[in-house]
Amino acid sequence: MPTEHSSKQYELDLEGIRSRVLQMGGMVEKQFYDAMNCFRTLNPSEAERIIAADIEVNQMEVALDDVCSHLIVKRQPAANDLRTVMATIKVITDLERIGDEATKIARAAKAIHQRGIVPIAHEDIVRVMAATTGRQLHDALDAFARMDEKQATRLIVGDEEIDLEYRVVMRSAVTLMMEDPRTISAALDTLWVAKAIERIGDHAKNIAEYVIYIVEGKDIRHTDYAILQQASQ
Amino acid sequence: MNTATLNDPMTTALDESVTIKVNDLNFFYGSFQGLKNIQLDVFDKKVTAFIGPSGCGKSTLLRTLNRMYDLYPGQRAEGSIVYKGRNILDKDVDVNVLRAKIGMVFQKPTPFPMSIYENIAFGVRLYENLPKGEMDERVEWALNKAAIWTEVKDKLQKSGLSLSGGQQQRLCIARAVAVKPDVLLLDEPTSALDPISTVKIEELISELKDDYTITIVTHNMQQAARCSDFTAYMYLGELVEFGETDKIFLNPGKKETQDYITGRFG
Repeated sequence: MPTEHSSKQYELDLEGIRSRVLQMGGMVEKQFYDAMNCFRTLNPSEAERIIAADIEVNQMEVALDDVCSHLIVKRQPAANDLRTVMATIKVITDLERIGDEATKIARAAKAIHQRGIVPIAHEDIVRVMAATTGRQLHDALDAFARMDEKQATRLIVGDEEIDLEYRVVMRSAVTLMMEDPRTISAALDTLWVAKAIERIGDHAKNIAEYVIYIVEGKDIRHTDYAILQQASQ
Repeated sequence: MNTATLNDPMTTALDESVTIKVNDLNFFYGSFQGLKNIQLDVFDKKVTAFIGPSGCGKSTLLRTLNRMYDLYPGQRAEGSIVYKGRNILDKDVDVNVLRAKIGMVFQKPTPFPMSIYENIAFGVRLYENLPKGEMDERVEWALNKAAIWTEVKDKLQKSGLSLSGGQQQRLCIARAVAVKPDVLLLDEPTSALDPISTVKIEELISELKDDYTITIVTHNMQQAARCSDFTAYMYLGELVEFGETDKIFLNPGKKETQDYITGRFG
């Protein structure tokens, strides 16, 4: 752990930001989990609740952005503190987008429900992918909480898996639609859900990249850093 | 002037742009050692900032660069500071010539109790014998360089002490510039100034570096981050880390440096 700041208030401010980001992370993780449950049960009132809960995540984003700007103007952070604040601002954006994707999943659940009969095993198709993504998101937040760059590196590489699973889902959906045109609506909804899950995986990967930026000071976005790192171990 | 050969294994390709090369520099205030084994390159036409807590030796280091310490008994430096192929610590170096080439501006503005014009001309006369017309030109040129000409051009015969603190400091910079030095040493040049004057001095620094090599001691880390190209972090008489300012402030190599610039010191 780094040494404490000479200014206690600065230390408290930074710690406050960190814990609120983690709180926001917990919120969107639950959003995603609930959304996937809802996609299984197709419960419309639950879908409504999830969609409404996104407002809270959005408010959190605005509030945290504000706190970060205040910290910058008051403390002019440098080095690892600056990297933490810069990365936090970006992590917040990713978390908010994850909330948006969860909302999309809830909307899809509502749409399928409204159409009545479901001609496909919609939830089975995306189950594996959702489980992998759930783990990735959890690990990303965990890596952020513990500033664990090794875990972050591993999960950046792990994002490939989600992309592969997404392609599998796509092929299944296309097959279903070709076989029976009556499945097209539900299959398309399922595809939107798969796309949302895949995006959540990307956001988790972004968070992991920011963890590496904070810890090592390296901006590894759009590079093969994680793959090379993993291969060298 | 003969060019000394440096048998330094650290010599790199960057060497040609080094203005001052500090090697194994030790400095003593009587029995107290103020600087320990300092190795540092001051690069040509760049701004180098020295930062560190009070008493870390940053001002001492600055003052060795033009042998300002010579004025005080009991202070001595060992090692070498190579400037233009000569070790300026050698006894036979003419410190007056040296200080004309390596000029200094202090923390508090120190205009002489004479007219604005004379404040500039006084120093020039020590080294050059210029006819009146040329001296007028030199004074205008120096005041222009220090970005204060437009403010004082109509009152050149007024006392330097009648100016505001920020103007006085720029007058001192003009005075240092007037003798056409290579290097300017600035010892906390804005610590006694208000924010607007500080901004003006900082802007001036970035303009002056086109023509001069500048080293600056500052307690204001944001100032170091804003105006310098290289930063040296010092602690207890040692040079802890030296590197490009962007690197030092974004991703320093040593934990001690990081602790200091993020305010986790002590």
